[in-house]
Amino acid sequence: MKLVTFSGPPSSGKTSVLAKLIQELARTGESAGVIKFDCLYANEAALFERMGVPVRVGLAGGLCPDHFFVSNIQEGVDWGLGLRLGYLFTESAGLCNRCSPHVRDVAAVCVIDNLMGMDTPRKIGPMLRMADIVIITKYDIVSQAEREVFAFRVAEANPKARLLLVNGISGQGVFELARLVGDAPETATVEESRLRFSMPAALCSYCLGETKIGGEYQVGNLKKIGFS
Amino acid sequence: MNEPLREASAADAPPDAILDADVQALAGSRPEVLRFLEDYGIRLGPQAGVSLRRRLAELPEELFEDIGIDRRRLEANLGFFLAARVSDARGAADGARAQVRSITVVGGRDKSGNAEDVRLELPVGSVTGIVGPTGSGKSRLLADIEWMAQGDTPTGRVVLVNGEPPDLRSRFSPGRKLVAQLSQNMNFVMDASAGEFVRMHAESRRSAATSRDTAGGASERLVADVIAKANLLAGEAFAADAPLTSLSGGQSRALMIADTAFLSASPIVLIDEIENAGIDRKQALDLLVRREKIVLMATHDPILALMADQRLVICGGGIQAVLRTSEAEKKALVELERIDRQLQSLRERLRRGESIGDAPSQASRA
Repeated sequence: MKLVTFSGPPSSGKTSVLAKLIQELARTGESAGVIKFDCLYANEAALFERMGVPVRVGLAGGLCPDHFFVSNIQEGVDWGLGLRLGYLFTESAGLCNRCSPHVRDVAAVCVIDNLMGMDTPRKIGPMLRMADIVIITKYDIVSQAEREVFAFRVAEANPKARLLLVNGISGQGVFELARLVGDAPETATVEESRLRFSMPAALCSYCLGETKIGGEYQVGNLKKIGFS
Repeated sequence: MNEPLREASAADAPPDAILDADVQALAGSRPEVLRFLEDYGIRLGPQAGVSLRRRLAELPEELFEDIGIDRRRLEANLGFFLAARVSDARGAADGARAQVRSITVVGGRDKSGNAEDVRLELPVGSVTGIVGPTGSGKSRLLADIEWMAQGDTPTGRVVLVNGEPPDLRSRFSPGRKLVAQLSQNMNFVMDASAGEFVRMHAESRRSAATSRDTAGGASERLVADVIAKANLLAGEAFAADAPLTSLSGGQSRALMIADTAFLSASPIVLIDEIENAGIDRKQALDLLVRREKIVLMATHDPILALMADQRLVICGGGIQAVLRTSEAEKKALVELERIDRQLQSLRERLRRGESIGDAPSQASRA
């Protein structure tokens, strides 16, 4: 089974691209399943179910979604293997731009859209910088210049990645994307695998439910801006 | 056909000449190295006599934790970035534009599997219309060209550059995309003035090429040129400091065309349905042709279709015919343009609040 981690800022088009990609893979006789990681709400399951694609949803609720992802991924892989899937896609929204969902020796995709502003490629951390494939969506409604500058800045942030423009609505570009994910390595387990980069750290009083503000309530892993 | 996906390794690190140079020297000779690091949030003050390698090694581990990349990967990314610049610059030095002299599309098969008996050569400076109903396969043709298909797409088409199979490594290089696009649906999403917009594009092109080939002054001249050309196409003038959001539909389209003509590295320009854009279509095509672009135009407008040297008839996923614009059609075009001018003058007069009588010259406000 080829495991592929799909990540990207909220509403960048991950689900649309994934749905089109799975259709394209199905055309060539490949089966695929999806695990959707989100925080509070995810209605994508219905879309994939309508397509006949096995799907599971995990909601992180009050936990850091990244940490939630990594503590569930092995069970997810076992689920996919049990269904004898050709491909298993995990879809997770990067919510703080410092997310780091990519795993070594597992194909890593980042989806970002061309409407996010020209500085966005510089603002996204490991999710973009450590990806093997970067997909730019919504490129068809901006000017050629904005398209070129944005792509150039993505290439600066991750010169190694394959850069692909994909239209999540028309499906333009998914044929090429299917070729690329076809090169993804096989995954039998992620037990003992390593993340490509450490996840955002959080271990302080507020992680444990503290709601009061003030110096004496701040305990643990803290960081100060240093205004003086 | 594609190289296997793999993570960066020490072998991807930048050349020793860069790592062993001190930051002060790099600021003068290779400013792009420091700019690259700044984009990652790493600002290295000048400090003579200490190598970049050491400066990076001295950065605290927490900094790398915060910016979300480790030292090895950062160095590898810098290496990749510089190597990609070299290969892009080499392309530019051979004259990226002059380098592509023609694109050839060798037919594959249509949606029903019938052979597509076409070998279509598109030289620079040519204008080709694409006609056919929605869903006939226009987008797939463009996608085949963009992907530099080598029989590996659903159509089985093969795309040649200068008559030869292209270097497929540039499929994913943003600086070496073959097709630039202009369509009715495109908008500016930046909050900037027209001049800032063009400057930003020029600067990204400049930093994609070698560091010293375009002086700052040249780029300012380029900005002025692009704005002037856009004004010529738009009819209604706008200044370089006009906010993009204040431009009319026609002005926006004109700016996009002038910008693409001067600043896009892509040799092919695809124009999609710009018939109602409110710009001088003939001048727009002339500009692109003079800038040695290969122009492809998907259109339902008879004037645009006949302005092309030839047009492709697309049907059922295949190129069904390639029609050269005949002498009779060129004559018809003259007549069509006359009718078009008449329509435009009527539109203009109604807009000014005039009435339309039998004799246009006597029309006046009561």
